[in-house]
Amino acid sequence: MATTADHFQAHDEAHGHHDHDHKPAFFARWFMSTNHKDIGTLYLIFAIFAGIIGGAFSGMMRLELAQPGIQYLDTFARWFGEANPSFDQSLHLWNVLITAHGLIMVFFMVMPAIIGGFGNWFVPIMIGAPDMAFPRMNNISFWLTVAGFCSLLASAFVPGGIGNGAGIGWTAYAPLSTYGSTGPAVDFAIFSLHLAGAASIMGAINFITTIFNMRAPGMTLHKMPLFVWSVLVTAFLLLLSLPVLAAAITMLLTDRNFGTTFFDPAGGGDPVLYQHLFWFFGHPEVYIMILPAFGIISQIISTFSKKPVFGYLGMAYAMVAIGVVGFIVWAHHMYTTGLSLNTKMYFTAATMVIAVPTGIKIFSWIATMWGGSISFKSPMIWALGFIFLFTVGGVTGVYLANGGVDDVVHDTYFVVAHFHYVLSLGAVTALFAGFYYWFPKMSGRWHSEFLSHVHFWIFFVGVNMIFFPQHFLGLQGMPRRYPDYAPAYEYWNSISTLGYKIMAASLVVWFINIIYAFTAGKKADANYWGEGADTLEWTLSSPPPFHQFETLPVIEDKGHH
Amino acid sequence: MPAAAPHPANLRRTGLMALGGALLMLALGFASVPLYRIFCQVTGFGGTTMRVSEAQAATVKLAAGTISVRFDGNVDRGMPWKFGPEQTTQEMRIGQRKMALYRAQNLSDKPITGVASFNVSPDLAGKYFNKIQCFCFNKQTLQPGQSVDMPVIYYVDPAIMTDPELKDLQQITLSYTFHISPDGA
Repeated sequence: MATTADHFQAHDEAHGHHDHDHKPAFFARWFMSTNHKDIGTLYLIFAIFAGIIGGAFSGMMRLELAQPGIQYLDTFARWFGEANPSFDQSLHLWNVLITAHGLIMVFFMVMPAIIGGFGNWFVPIMIGAPDMAFPRMNNISFWLTVAGFCSLLASAFVPGGIGNGAGIGWTAYAPLSTYGSTGPAVDFAIFSLHLAGAASIMGAINFITTIFNMRAPGMTLHKMPLFVWSVLVTAFLLLLSLPVLAAAITMLLTDRNFGTTFFDPAGGGDPVLYQHLFWFFGHPEVYIMILPAFGIISQIISTFSKKPVFGYLGMAYAMVAIGVVGFIVWAHHMYTTGLSLNTKMYFTAATMVIAVPTGIKIFSWIATMWGGSISFKSPMIWALGFIFLFTVGGVTGVYLANGGVDDVVHDTYFVVAHFHYVLSLGAVTALFAGFYYWFPKMSGRWHSEFLSHVHFWIFFVGVNMIFFPQHFLGLQGMPRRYPDYAPAYEYWNSISTLGYKIMAASLVVWFINIIYAFTAGKKADANYWGEGADTLEWTLSSPPPFHQFETLPVIEDKGHH
Repeated sequence: MPAAAPHPANLRRTGLMALGGALLMLALGFASVPLYRIFCQVTGFGGTTMRVSEAQAATVKLAAGTISVRFDGNVDRGMPWKFGPEQTTQEMRIGQRKMALYRAQNLSDKPITGVASFNVSPDLAGKYFNKIQCFCFNKQTLQPGQSVDMPVIYYVDPAIMTDPELKDLQQITLSYTFHISPDGA
């Protein structure tokens, strides 16, 4: 506590002495941090760490899927402490892997990186605020996320039914997650979602309060950079959807441990209700992951086309529209649960409506580039990759929105390909775009532009090789969530696994690039991207001072970002 | 801190409003359990059948068409009962009251209390399928080896003939699943 008090005093003194870089000592700075930039850095480091684990799990799955039959699961089960795994226990490990991969990538990689990392770093700076509204709550958010991750990892080493770990899918459908899986692993996994959810709700409250109250003079809502708009909409989605998940998984816990029957027909419950609750959260959740990506891409396209974003207001309200409509389309995940024809028609039509604001965004990015003075720096290459990959995923999304088509391809690899194109390729590509865009700003040192381009091209080839063939597999009827398949599916599966190896090689290039930047990277200027970069972070040094904007910037009344 | 720093009261107010929004959604999440049940009971969603009183049933008039009802019965995994319908189908005038029998037997050597869940297929027919009496309204306890006939008295609402999606429907399937009552015997 004493350290915290000192910290705030230092904050006050800084005003008088212009002592910009009065940083607390190491432990206080990184473990009791209340500084939005430090917390953002912590989130990014955490997301990279979690992403390596979640990505390793997907590598284990791709290895197993390279050929039909079960080759590696037995070995993997031994790694997880199963001394002499039975065949069923090996197969259970598969369920644990798909569950952990999904939960880690959603809750502990993409969300911490894109909202906790880039959001914390740049939302206050972009609106000209000295920090987040509730800096200490920001700290709680981060450490709750870490605690949630630990709870999920712990679940892998305790019994969860047939074997160790929670094998319930990231959706945790009842009854598999209730009386279908005995043992504490599932409780640990559910508790991890509680912690991560509470962290994200607090983060959302923080962003909403910051953006509504702490904008610099002249920074009206309609002048905010689009990245800030995207985080604002995302924060509202988090605030309104995560509590519903919290309610649903709390009911799972009481069904499991305290004899309630919310989702058990034997006591008058209904497992389908769980699916409704889950997807009422789950569909906004996918926009939570992609909207900040839209924001990052808008900043980058504008910067490297040296033009303001085409149709700024349309872009901002397209995100609002996606957020609003995202709450009334959830049952398109449930077409095969016996919905009536009219219900399916409604959800099909409502889902397709989302293609309209999404199309506005894609076309406005293209229109921003049109006639622009484009320079193909690494963030721009990644942003262009994003537009292509996200559009492919968006098109298959329009296919899948059809209740009739979904009856055929539901729970096949076509769906897997679709959501990996928008998330694994879309959101992650945007993360790398944002990383290369802001890395010199955050660290003060230049990455290698050459290695960044090499990283992009290897990654781009790799991910397309992983996921494009999965469209074919899905249309041919290969179901998702199984470790084995008919030999007819072997060809495209082997291509997919080869693609994974290529993608993994690109990450090696990325790590080399980071090491290069910290050891040999040149010092970065304040505005290293030049005239196209006109948001407030470019008015600060690289890295920005520990406390910025002690005198608030005044935003002049001219064109939009 | 900067001169034009936001007033702490404003931050607190916005923060509390946001927190209120989150708590409201949390409450809505839990409230969805009774709301969903009421929604299913009122609309017949998911093939939920309707429950009517003797007095309501007495006012129903026979309609011109006929319809057939197919019966299905099964038990939850691990429940040591034998349970099934005693007739495969019944044919009747729409609006006509009928009684169907199911037979249940406790195959174990312990008394077991069961509770039946139910619905009809197609789902949309749920709101026209009216039960006046049903063994599914109450829990049923069977002694070891005991076997009983369980009646259901029902009729199909003539309004089904004006439903554009169901007016040509030939047959409704009524299905029951017996579960061991979670509250025990």
